[in-house]
Amino acid sequence: MSETWIHILIIVCVLLGMVTIAAGLIYVERRMLAVWQERYGPNRVGPFGIFQVMADMVKIFFKEDWIPGFVDRKVFIVAPTIIMITTLLSFAIVPFAPGIVVANLNVGILFFLAMSSLGAYTIVLAGWASNNKYSLIGGLRGAAQMISYEVFMGLSLMGVVILAGSFNMTDIVMAQKGMWNVVPQFIGFVIFFIAGLAETHRLPFDIPEAESELIAGFHSEYSGMKFGMFFVGEYLGITLVSAMTTVLFFGGWLGPSFLPPIVWFLIKMFAFILVFVLLRASLPRPRYDQLMSWGWKILLPLALLNLLVTGAIVLYNQ
Amino acid sequence: MAKVFIDDIEYEVPDGKNMLEVCLSLGFDLTYFCWHPALHSIGACRQCGVINYKDENDKRGRITMACMLPASNGTRISIEAKAAHDFRAGNIESLMLNHPHDCPVCDEGGECHLQDMTLMSGHNYRRYRFKKRTHTNQYLGPFLNHEMNRCIQCYRCVRFYKDYAGGKDLDVFAAHDDIYFGRSEDGVLENEFSGNLVEVCPTGVFTDKTLKQHYTRKWDLTSAPSVCHGCSLGCNILASQRYGTIRRILTRYNGDVNGYFLCDRGRFGYEYTNSKKRIIKALKRVSGTYQPIENGNAFEEVKALMGEGKKVIGIGSPRASLESNFLLKELVGENNFYGGISNTEGNLIKQVIDILKKGKVKTPSLAEAKGYDAVFIVGEDVTNTAPMLALSLRQAAKNKPNEEAFAIRIPLWNDVAIREIVQERTGPFFIATVHHTKLDEISSGSFYGHPDNIARLGHAVAQKINNNLPSVPDADRESASLSSSIAEALLAAKKPLIVSGTSLFSKNVIEAAANVAYALKEQGKDVGLIYTVPEANSVGMTLLSENFVDDAIARVEKERADVLLILENDLYQRIGKKDSEAILKRCNQVVAFENLENETTNSCDYLFPAGTFAESTGTIVNNEGRAQRFYQVHIPRNEVRSSWKWLDILRQDLQTAEAKDFDAIVDELIQKNPELQKIKETAPTADFRIGTQKIPRSPHRFSGRTSMIANINVSEPKPPVDNDSPMSFTMEGYHGIQPSPDTAFYWSPAWNSVQAINKYQIEVGGPLHDGNPGKRLFEPDENRQAKYFNDIPSSFHPSNDELLVLPLYHIYGSEELTALSHAVKERIPQAYIALNENEARRKGLNAEGGKVEFYYQDKKWELSLKIDNSLPDGIAGLPKGLNETSGIGYPFRTKINS
Amino acid sequence: MLSSIRTVWLVFLHMFKKRVTIEYPEKKAYLAPRWRGRIVLTRDPDHNERCVACYLCAAVCPTDCISLQATEDENGRRKPEYFRINFSRCIFCGLCEDACPTYSIQLVPDFEMGEYKRQDLVYEKEDLLIDGQGKYHGYNFYRVAGVAVGVKGKGEGENESAPVDRKKLVP
Repeated sequence: MSETWIHILIIVCVLLGMVTIAAGLIYVERRMLAVWQERYGPNRVGPFGIFQVMADMVKIFFKEDWIPGFVDRKVFIVAPTIIMITTLLSFAIVPFAPGIVVANLNVGILFFLAMSSLGAYTIVLAGWASNNKYSLIGGLRGAAQMISYEVFMGLSLMGVVILAGSFNMTDIVMAQKGMWNVVPQFIGFVIFFIAGLAETHRLPFDIPEAESELIAGFHSEYSGMKFGMFFVGEYLGITLVSAMTTVLFFGGWLGPSFLPPIVWFLIKMFAFILVFVLLRASLPRPRYDQLMSWGWKILLPLALLNLLVTGAIVLYNQ
Repeated sequence: MAKVFIDDIEYEVPDGKNMLEVCLSLGFDLTYFCWHPALHSIGACRQCGVINYKDENDKRGRITMACMLPASNGTRISIEAKAAHDFRAGNIESLMLNHPHDCPVCDEGGECHLQDMTLMSGHNYRRYRFKKRTHTNQYLGPFLNHEMNRCIQCYRCVRFYKDYAGGKDLDVFAAHDDIYFGRSEDGVLENEFSGNLVEVCPTGVFTDKTLKQHYTRKWDLTSAPSVCHGCSLGCNILASQRYGTIRRILTRYNGDVNGYFLCDRGRFGYEYTNSKKRIIKALKRVSGTYQPIENGNAFEEVKALMGEGKKVIGIGSPRASLESNFLLKELVGENNFYGGISNTEGNLIKQVIDILKKGKVKTPSLAEAKGYDAVFIVGEDVTNTAPMLALSLRQAAKNKPNEEAFAIRIPLWNDVAIREIVQERTGPFFIATVHHTKLDEISSGSFYGHPDNIARLGHAVAQKINNNLPSVPDADRESASLSSSIAEALLAAKKPLIVSGTSLFSKNVIEAAANVAYALKEQGKDVGLIYTVPEANSVGMTLLSENFVDDAIARVEKERADVLLILENDLYQRIGKKDSEAILKRCNQVVAFENLENETTNSCDYLFPAGTFAESTGTIVNNEGRAQRFYQVHIPRNEVRSSWKWLDILRQDLQTAEAKDFDAIVDELIQKNPELQKIKETAPTADFRIGTQKIPRSPHRFSGRTSMIANINVSEPKPPVDNDSPMSFTMEGYHGIQPSPDTAFYWSPAWNSVQAINKYQIEVGGPLHDGNPGKRLFEPDENRQAKYFNDIPSSFHPSNDELLVLPLYHIYGSEELTALSHAVKERIPQAYIALNENEARRKGLNAEGGKVEFYYQDKKWELSLKIDNSLPDGIAGLPKGLNETSGIGYPFRTKINS
Repeated sequence: MLSSIRTVWLVFLHMFKKRVTIEYPEKKAYLAPRWRGRIVLTRDPDHNERCVACYLCAAVCPTDCISLQATEDENGRRKPEYFRINFSRCIFCGLCEDACPTYSIQLVPDFEMGEYKRQDLVYEKEDLLIDGQGKYHGYNFYRVAGVAVGVKGKGEGENESAPVDRKKLVP
């Protein structure tokens, strides 16, 4: 088999794999939330309820895909596709195992940051196009939140880059052979994870959609498969942030050799996904101003400090 | 005015009252049973105990019955004092010892004075653990149910039935705590006012048997203020419905008309509204049978029939509202409208109206009639033609003897003392009728004769009062002496009252009565003159009519008419069979607006379902010229609607067919008939609001809204909207004390029974807040010069071979619609022909009950004989309006055979 | 901050606790005898309808979802001609049971009344009437009431003396 074919195979596998995992998370999240709330969760459709995903998909596909008359039609349709596209593109630079990576870019991290910045558009445009005050407020909050946290997400990763001396994801993984980045870069890890939560606007940081205040915020007016895209986009975001955390701080596919590298990668990634769900199950949503001041007043200085200290230590060691 | 102190607060109260009346008028909640505003005080039930203090220094006082305590200057009482409170609670506890555990199955429950008073007194827990006394019940006829166990021995029933209404067959039996209120043996309660026991009894001993057939609690009834259509007096009623059928009639208090009471025909004669014979959809006759026809098509077809150049005539109705008669007149044109009664009757009523309008004698209302102290009835069987007037006259008969009691300073409210002095005596009360009537039992002199002889007696009385009048020729000695004593008694009285009416179809009688009244007026007497007329709106319809049915017959005999419109009128009942057929046959198409199937509707081409008083809103004018509004109780779930709505749609462009609202019709009516101006003021217009709210037809406890029609459709429809009245059809609306003249129910916090009426009156037994309903159209003018009638008829001489047949009236049966009600039906007498013994023997008849044949309009009739010795020679009496005698027009002459 | 982490930890520990969910319909929850569920009309110990059509349940119903019409049998015993509850409006508050003077209307531990059409939630008397006495045994209203409607004669009730002879005047 030629290298091109292998490449295409990898692309297809990553694409389908990620979308499938994201869809599967619908089940995982509901089930795990239930487990942490002493319930059973979905357990009626198929063994252990695993076909719940199918049922949900069928339902969402058959729902009326209604576009309200007052919306900005074109933008309204385009908005939900942005999050799908940018998040899926981000997976291109994730090295799942040695050789299993779509594009081994030497500016991998920058590509990831660029893509996740573009994700902000989906919220802003959806909120604007909906022509609904709650959606607009949701969109505005989303924009502010994503742009703010974008800043120190990038800064928190710089420590990792300094340690590895490269933007290339595969290089960063290989650089962790001796010790996972989470040890020297613990603060960077914490900041990155919090920023990742905010970036994917997951609970407790689901301020743009906050049901109790904004009745689903930027996607109030969405239904059917367009809503489905927001929904899957969110789970893709979770998967991406979990994958990035694994790669950047927990040694990617590295692990004892009794399991193949890809399995190690998936185990680590799923662990983080579960942490996402656990946080949702346990933490309340902060106020919007609390979120912003936390980001700018605490996390940003902390990220800068982390960068400074890391840089100083690296310089000292040289 | 007297100053009294109640719980140390000073009040100014009118003189001559007792403290119970005063407390209730001032709005205090004081418990009572035996006292009734119309029956006054006897101090029997001991329930209105209060503390009476000698003066402001008296701190102890003594328990006194408020109803027996005169409200004189300086009277000082306490209602709230603990001793008084405990006394009343203890008293109720004793009364409740034997009261059965019946409330859930008792028809009084929810509107029970005993329940209200028990709660009000504070007694709430039964301590007595021994056995309850029981009684057996009696069958009391089709109107009333008897449940003697519930009795609390207040004596109200016998006091009303015997003392007030003159009944003979209800009494008290046994002794001490065993006393029993009932008849000596089972049987129908005979008095015409027995139905009032339902309201008079403070608990459930006497309950409405017709309500029992389709029982509904008071709070579930949707009611409307209405006016009884049973006779010409226009008593006020509250008609109530549930699930689309009328359930009962209650008295609606009108201080000017019927006060607290109602006759049994009015109370129990409502069931025809629920009859299976009701016409409930528009019908068209197709090859001999009636087929339902779509409303729109019916309109179009009838409209086409009435098109350009067609000869259309309309016949109005004395039982339809002014508005309906008016719109029929508008629809067919003034010259084509005929009042729906015979010319004889029409002219009589015109004459009565003329006397009311142009005479100078006041026509008192029913309530005012109670205040007169001498009565002369000229040719009217009042008990049967206008029952409530008979009740008023019975009260009037007490006035003269009562004066003896007043002379020794016994106040009117002290009923025991008055009765002690007066005993059974009655005041001057003279009756001249065709035969023995029920009021004869209180009369001081009765005269039986032919209507002309009655008129001659009247003229003779008038002549003895005013010597300038021509004397009656050939007067016999007996009637001369009677006329002298009548004239003497009337002249001796302060307020003489003359009562007459149209029931004998005699112009002479009416004129004679007017002459007596005019003569008395000239003597400076405060005289009253009451005429009764045949039907609920006889006066109103006649005011709108120039011509009557006989004119219509003459017209169609000359020239066939294309279309005949008949408004709520069974011609056979009013003008006889022959005339009815004559007119029906000479019209190509007959269109009727009718409530029930009857003989006339059998020969119609189109039938429109017209509402009875229950389904329509309108104004009717009673015998004294009082216009009163009656309101639709509900919108039936069929096509029945007010006749004026059908007529209004018919006269409009059918493309936009929607009836105008009621107020617009009234405006049009008074614009065309300025003399009826006041009917606009009889009731508030439909835009009347209390704040922003309408007056609800149902009380706020109304139940079952989301369930009553859930079997048809579980989604509740929008409640119907009433554009014709200030009322809503549901419980939605104002929830405080409603405006008294227009309230659909009497209720006030803690007062669930009919006694809540106290809260709607300015003072108990007095006029309502915001005025009594109704407006009189004509008032007498003292300065007018009334013209005497000088047309004295000659004496009646019986002929040997022919008899004059006159109508005899029956409270149950002589009225067309109420006679169709189940309960009333049971009381309708067997049809008969009445003769005196003399006359019967002469015709070879002797056995009462034997068959008698006679001819009327070439048809043979057969009825059984009834001997009535009070009937004069040469006169036979036939019960009017019974099934067997329907289609007969009175009076007529006939030969009879055995 | 620490408390947030502690929260996360405590929530995580719930993973090892026993589930609270009862797996309905395979397993049924325990319903107390006085649980306010489906409404029934009961019969008295003589197996006659207890309902005397007094309208109190309808009057007290806050959603006005009970309607009935009283009628009488040949003995004058009162009973409902029809008795309808619109369960699509019922809030199972139990006030009707409180108001009932004859123990007729009772709420029973059953709630499985789901329907696909609201119309099917309208219950008539035939649907409501059960064969037994329900929660309250032994009570027959007509034995203690004063009326004689074929259950007992006048004066034969539990707390009654024989009817008075009304022709008697002896003190």
